[in-house]
Amino acid sequence: MKKSIISFLAVMLIIVFLGVSVITGLYIPAGGGASSSTDTEPEKGRTIIPSVFDSENGIRRGLDLVGGSSITFEAELPEGYDNSRLSADMSSAIEILRYRLTLEGYTEAQVSQQGDNRIMVEIPQIKNPEDAVQVLGQTAQLVFADADGTQWLAGSDIRSASSEYGSTNQSSLPGYYISLQFTKEGATKFAEATASISKRTDDRSMYIILDDQVISYPTVNQTIDSDGCVIEGSFTEEGARQLANLIGSGALPFSLKQVELRAVGPQLGANALSTSLKAAIIGIILVAIFMVIMYRLPGFVSVIALGFYIVIEAVILGLLKVNLSLPGIAGIILSIGMAVDANVVIFERIKEEIRNGKTVKSSIDAGFKRAFTAILDSNITTLIAAGVLFFFGSGTIVGFATTLGLGVIISMFTALTVTHFLLNRMVDFKIKNPKVYGA
Amino acid sequence: MKGKFPVVKNLKIFGVISILLCITGFVSLILLPFGTNLYNLAIDFAGGTQIEMNMHTEVTAAVADEIAALVEEQTGVKPEAPVATGTERDHVMIRSTSLDTEQRAAIIKAMQEKYNLTDDDLEKSDDVSASVGNDLKKKAFTSAFVAVVLMLVYITFRFEFTSGLAAVCCLIHDLLVMLSVYVILQIPLNQNFIAAALTILGYSINASIIVFDRVRENMHIARKETFEEIAEKSIWQTMGRTINTTLTTLFMVGMIFILGVSSLRDFTMPLLVGIVSGAYSSIFLASPLWAFFRKHLRKKA
Repeated sequence: MKKSIISFLAVMLIIVFLGVSVITGLYIPAGGGASSSTDTEPEKGRTIIPSVFDSENGIRRGLDLVGGSSITFEAELPEGYDNSRLSADMSSAIEILRYRLTLEGYTEAQVSQQGDNRIMVEIPQIKNPEDAVQVLGQTAQLVFADADGTQWLAGSDIRSASSEYGSTNQSSLPGYYISLQFTKEGATKFAEATASISKRTDDRSMYIILDDQVISYPTVNQTIDSDGCVIEGSFTEEGARQLANLIGSGALPFSLKQVELRAVGPQLGANALSTSLKAAIIGIILVAIFMVIMYRLPGFVSVIALGFYIVIEAVILGLLKVNLSLPGIAGIILSIGMAVDANVVIFERIKEEIRNGKTVKSSIDAGFKRAFTAILDSNITTLIAAGVLFFFGSGTIVGFATTLGLGVIISMFTALTVTHFLLNRMVDFKIKNPKVYGA
Repeated sequence: MKGKFPVVKNLKIFGVISILLCITGFVSLILLPFGTNLYNLAIDFAGGTQIEMNMHTEVTAAVADEIAALVEEQTGVKPEAPVATGTERDHVMIRSTSLDTEQRAAIIKAMQEKYNLTDDDLEKSDDVSASVGNDLKKKAFTSAFVAVVLMLVYITFRFEFTSGLAAVCCLIHDLLVMLSVYVILQIPLNQNFIAAALTILGYSINASIIVFDRVRENMHIARKETFEEIAEKSIWQTMGRTINTTLTTLFMVGMIFILGVSSLRDFTMPLLVGIVSGAYSSIFLASPLWAFFRKHLRKKA
């Protein structure tokens, strides 16, 4: 009896502890205890359980909840395009989009490739999406110019640009450099340009300008009459790759066409979040009342298990840094409704067993045992649907599949273990009147 | 089992009811490849541009006409009749074929100038090209097909083929009922439909399996009972569960429907229908169909 009370209280404590943790968050302070927090910004250190409100370390909020734009561009491949260079060209295109986003001040924007020839750009809290579409989608204007502004080469004169590692000549140490290949025409122009610049006495830089911004200005030492050249410097691997991709973007043989735009205003997003939360809370209260009325004590126990389920779901979604959008929230709400299902199946079975004259204790055991196959099979089929959505769906649907799938797995665990454990403790408490079990 | 309505014997009645519920969705689906579209295909599938703005004042028919004229003047494209949305009917939804970014920017700017609006009043702006829309259509069909096949395989493995067949019949029934609702209420058929449909797919089969699980158990202990009797018994043994689970799920989804923003309402309405339809089919169709298939297969064997 004493043991039962302790273990019952332990479960309740775990739920309360996790519940508080997901609200406040649980962090290890930086600097191993001896906190040297300055006044400017309190350091959080390592995250153990992120708070549900911590969108940086925990659940990320989708653009439909915070407002913002998701823009998908498609590469318009010209006829006769050599498909083997598509993946390199797409990297260049992504790099130039990142570059432009930074220039425009959209530092929180995300760029990702979709399929073979599409790129999705997500910009939170932007109010005038069309400006972004236009700035991002424009053709890259790449020129090579001298200090006087004379333009010697254009993007179309470059065949390819790549970052490489090694020594460019015998006397230098190995390092990262950028290798450029010119078209036939480009090589001639480049020879003329280097001839002119190397003769200068003031500024012997070759200015490489992208979208009116200088991205590199290597010094020209002599005339280079060749179909290629290298740019040296103390490049890091990342720096060399970025510069090569940016120069390569000037030679992109395709333009980027916006094929999809989803823009949500910040106000609409905020409303969506608050109303969904309200709906979830009222829904949970209704379900709790229903369960207690229908199944009495087991119903009450299942409400505790439901609470356990909700906090575990919140912890896991936070740890996985799930990108939560409206359909994702719908998935959570739906899975709460379904989470109760396993308990309903079990409790109906327990009632039946009690009616058949078994004792409460053995009815509970038989109820769980007999209901198991039904719960397992029904949950696996729901998981199949969620899995298919996860692999075939796109965008927000993947979020829905994630929350639904996780919900099904977690709810099966809480319904089978937590409820069973707590119900057995109830029996230990000598609560054995069948009426209390809804029979 | 005295006094209880015999379900299995009345399969014909339920069959007729089901066919009536499904027919609208089914016919509309058949007509789709022939160029007749009875659905309210959203731009997600059809391609197009859709802009929603907060006008801060009721959008009357006169204002809507004014906006349509303004859009045509700015872009040269005649849009669909603008629709007043929002609970106060103070938002306007402009929809047309896919416009490019200059055209969209022109509309937004002209609207802001004419009605004295700011950047904050642009609630939504969506544009989907025809190619993206077609990709989504393909994905929707592929995912539904793959999901159904995988479920059928799983049920055949865990139960028997006749159970799988009956469950899939229920599934198709539920999807068609949902589609009928989309046609009749003219709910915009958008990418959320895929999520709603697959949820119902999982949910409906879930309900069927609970009944089949009972059938499986009763088959083990049965001696002289016919398949019909076993089915009938199993239906009533699981009735409490089916109704109660349906109710708890309806509470949750119903709350989103009542309180949710308009995009969530469009998503939850078909879910509500699907959940009710799933409960109906798992009670009145699943096991009677199983008994029917089982008997039929036996005769042949």
